[in-house]
Amino acid sequence: MVPKDNLEDFAGHKTDHHEVQVEYDYFKFHPMPEITDWMSQVVKDYPEVVTTVDYGQTYENRVISLLKIGLNTGEKKKAIWMDCGIHAREWIAPAFCQYFVREILHAYKTDPKMQTMMKNIDFYVTPVLNKDGYIYSWKDNTTRLWRKNRSPGPLGCNCSGTDLNRNFDAIWGSIGVSFNCCSQVFCGTHPASEPEAQAVTYFVGSRKEDFLCFLTIHSYGQLLLIPYGNPNYTASNYDELLKVGLGAADAIRSVHGMNYTVGTSPDVLYANAGSSRDWARLQGIPLAYTFELRDKGIFGFQLPEDQIQPACEEAYSGAMHIITYAHDKTFNAAVATAAATLWTMLLAVGVTGTTLM
Amino acid sequence: MMATGELNPNHYPAQRAAKVVQHYLNTRYGSPYRLLGLQRVHSGNAEDVEDSGRKYQLEISVQEMIGNTTEKCSAEVLFPRGEGQRSPQVQASCEQLLKVNNTAQEEALYKLFKTNQSLLSAQNLPDSYGHIEPDMKPLWHLSIVASSAVMLNESTENTLYNMAQVANITQLATENDQVKFDCHVLLHEMVSQEIIHWKLLFTWSPPEGVKVLQMEQLPHCHDCEKPPNTN
Repeated sequence: MVPKDNLEDFAGHKTDHHEVQVEYDYFKFHPMPEITDWMSQVVKDYPEVVTTVDYGQTYENRVISLLKIGLNTGEKKKAIWMDCGIHAREWIAPAFCQYFVREILHAYKTDPKMQTMMKNIDFYVTPVLNKDGYIYSWKDNTTRLWRKNRSPGPLGCNCSGTDLNRNFDAIWGSIGVSFNCCSQVFCGTHPASEPEAQAVTYFVGSRKEDFLCFLTIHSYGQLLLIPYGNPNYTASNYDELLKVGLGAADAIRSVHGMNYTVGTSPDVLYANAGSSRDWARLQGIPLAYTFELRDKGIFGFQLPEDQIQPACEEAYSGAMHIITYAHDKTFNAAVATAAATLWTMLLAVGVTGTTLM
Repeated sequence: MMATGELNPNHYPAQRAAKVVQHYLNTRYGSPYRLLGLQRVHSGNAEDVEDSGRKYQLEISVQEMIGNTTEKCSAEVLFPRGEGQRSPQVQASCEQLLKVNNTAQEEALYKLFKTNQSLLSAQNLPDSYGHIEPDMKPLWHLSIVASSAVMLNESTENTLYNMAQVANITQLATENDQVKFDCHVLLHEMVSQEIIHWKLLFTWSPPEGVKVLQMEQLPHCHDCEKPPNTN
């Protein structure tokens, strides 16, 4: 069938509306309503692989949603978790989640490897976890550098907000936090006191055996952080986390030459407890990473829009390195065994001189 | 708990000390057309100096951000211990640092500041989207240099400072050959994650460079709805 006009996707299917990839500018920062609309559009454009899941509410009663991306096989599937925007001011993070979704959907159309991955695993991507905070950071010039959520402080406190990345039930309150409600690292009144942390805890926690990897996206610093934030704890698979992390950093460097440092938080940045990454690892999710995206301090949280594309491209490369490793470790074992069996048989045939034909 | 002896160059102790060197270099050599950024730490060493404090020796690479050149520096940072809060002491030698000639650009900018009919002023550099108007970039650079003096003074082994934003910079009239500015900057301290507000008064001229005349931390309750009481 010869295409009559430009309204076609890569597979040659005629579409009666513009696909979201053509119109949506992934290299500009978008306010929350635009991101919400974008999520709806992605589901409309890829109904066979994308659904929305509402999995919680923010303090200000906004729905927390993720995009679940993968082929529906009718069976229970392994999964990848990605969240962006735990910290409101880190605008490059939600931008990356949106770019990531676009990239995997594009790859799904053309790349056999991604098609295989979509069959085997589901991607759960939360573009903005701390919606209240993100919206607040868009309010005016004085709110741009807001970090925490928007829950009020405990009784008698002048300040609002809890640092969601200190609020998870992971050696909570032990180090690198403040119990002063005015602090930017106030860990909350108790572990998972915050509705946003509860949403992740419940959703991921009730499916924890399914998750192969848990990626949480932040800025800035150009770091890949591995568990644990408390230096008294070492992950049982520390060597694997480091090795895969270093591979991801190599993949990142190959895109635009940027160096990302890999290590535990206490080694390369600072000690801290209660992070979502540490909570995920304690649930048994083997590959848990915090990405700290560009830059190294010259622009910091206010990364220029002309850097969104290179920042996302390199981060995508790093994330896919980890995801591919996680996937192949789980799904290529069978393939590897079959190949070994075939090779053994061929060698045996060679030794005995038996001809195959 | 403090690392002593040879340091892992990618770990935070060497990185924090190296950032202090960046602030020192910008304070000393920074200008509207010369801005230095820590690119890499190659090696580091730390030792306790009795009755003085802790001394770091570092080999680093520094990037001149405007001309995009890189060079190596050797530096020493002493974080003092003892009575009173004292600033770190830095010594650094960089091979090529002063060789790039910015004189023509600096003279042109100086002339612009001096002869302009109205006094210059700008807000929110960069803006929420990371954008800075090209004409405003020299003011942003000057603010980073002036802020570096504050960041140098305030740094300890437990801090990592970057300038997040210039809230406001205003040119003031002068009777002499200096150009003078009043600015309000927001500094980001990485370890506490706090945004700290400072007011700076500084002068600049091509021969003299940036000189900070006054610096004052502003009380700011960053997450209060109501502004705090100011005396």
